[in-house]
Amino acid sequence: MAIFFQTIVAGLLKGGLYALIGIGMTLIMGVMGIINLAHGQMMMLAMYITFILNQVGLDPYLSLFVAMPSLFIIGVLIQKYFLNPLIKVETILPQNMVLMTVGIGMAMTEIVRFVFKSDYKYVKTSYSSSTFFLGGISFNVPLVIAFFIAVLFTIIMFWFLNRTDLGRSIRATAQDKDAATLMGVNTGRITVITMGLGAALVAAAGTLLAPVYYIFPDIGSPFTTKAFIITILGGLGSTVGAIFGGVTLGMAESLGATYLGMQYEDIVGLVIFIMVLLFLPGGFKRLTKV
Amino acid sequence: MLKVSGIDVFYGDLQVLWDVSFEIKQGEILVLVGANGAGKSTTLKTISGLLKPARGSIEFQGIYLDQLKADQVISHGVVHVPEARRLFREMTVEENLIMGSLAPEAKKKRADTLEWVYELFPRMKERRKQVAGTMSGGEQQMCAIGRGLMALPKVLMFDEPSLGLSPILVQEVFEIAKRINKEGVTVLLVEQNVRQTLTFCDRAYVLENGRIVLHGTGKELLNDVHVREAYLGI
Repeated sequence: MAIFFQTIVAGLLKGGLYALIGIGMTLIMGVMGIINLAHGQMMMLAMYITFILNQVGLDPYLSLFVAMPSLFIIGVLIQKYFLNPLIKVETILPQNMVLMTVGIGMAMTEIVRFVFKSDYKYVKTSYSSSTFFLGGISFNVPLVIAFFIAVLFTIIMFWFLNRTDLGRSIRATAQDKDAATLMGVNTGRITVITMGLGAALVAAAGTLLAPVYYIFPDIGSPFTTKAFIITILGGLGSTVGAIFGGVTLGMAESLGATYLGMQYEDIVGLVIFIMVLLFLPGGFKRLTKV
Repeated sequence: MLKVSGIDVFYGDLQVLWDVSFEIKQGEILVLVGANGAGKSTTLKTISGLLKPARGSIEFQGIYLDQLKADQVISHGVVHVPEARRLFREMTVEENLIMGSLAPEAKKKRADTLEWVYELFPRMKERRKQVAGTMSGGEQQMCAIGRGLMALPKVLMFDEPSLGLSPILVQEVFEIAKRINKEGVTVLLVEQNVRQTLTFCDRAYVLENGRIVLHGTGKELLNDVHVREAYLGI
């Protein structure tokens, strides 16, 4: 039984971070109507930023203040100069924006590989492997801290989306672009801000994961896949769904790793993904309606 | 007050409006009638900037609306209540109303305007926490009109507010339009519902195949031979 609870705790902690990755992805999905297939690669960039700052002695949690704004700017530039110009050309299908994100993701990976080589880097902290015990269950300190910061960011995002004019404008643009324009929303600006926010959120996840993961150029693409799975689980464009999706994926991976073996960790997530597509198309959004 | 002069509008290569000109005078209720596909909605979309005229201009109190970006038009007091309501379906009624008041001027008076809209539509106050997409058609129409009012319009443009509503509700929506007009808002109404709208409007224009073919007071048009034949079936 202790192992079961241990597994649940590990899954929940990981799920908190996955939720953060998923919220960014689902916001972009909602507003732009595209899947951002460079999402994990953006996270990878944030991990490298954290790594560089750690080399000069900055604590990873403090580097959030650098990584998030940096990725916000990168997201803004990508949307403004790479994706929005595609919308203006009528002969280009919107799906081609997705292809563009694939290309951007590849370019990011290869540029990082060129600069840092392919070898594993890691962020050294005094607490990377420290744990504490609560009722016989061990808690990995950096993951617990990461979880709480992730929850904090999620709460802030909810407040922002539901209580501010800019946040409401983002949701309005996702729900009806023309009606939002009629209400005075500059939807072009909203797409740029949304991509920036999505990038900043996934950057937070990357920085928070840095102390517990190896960092290498190809770490991006598995996380892009995870982000995609989370978004499908939750229902495209749904923020609440992204949290459900994130926690579900975290739990599934954790349970799979414990009861089926480490090598099956990713398979469980993919099986659930296919099940959801088959039996609950539309994801959790269908159940929660938000 | 608002002057549309000789606009030509295209959807891609297809021309939908041909040299359309008309003028809205301050404080009146102006109606644009015509059959399905005559170009009524296109005209409104062009005024609110969603479409750009290939030729001609739209002037409102010295400002050329056709030169503005679509999202800037509302802050000048020209507000479009779109066809089929187009509410933000997953937002609550109150959030929808708030979305109408993003411009700085309207935002400053948001709390007061909200009170006023709730006075006009007590129903909306009861339902303010309800998700807009789950309301009935009539309630959604009121919410859409309320959202338009939140922008403190000088000209409020209704695009087929009677669409999909029962006759009683249609009557109610027209009553609301009249009431809003009495509060000092100039009203431009686009309708297929010719008989009812002509009886209460000040003036009307008839749009056929993208061209203005007739105009006059509501009474004049009700007695016009062509209107009677084509739209009233008499």
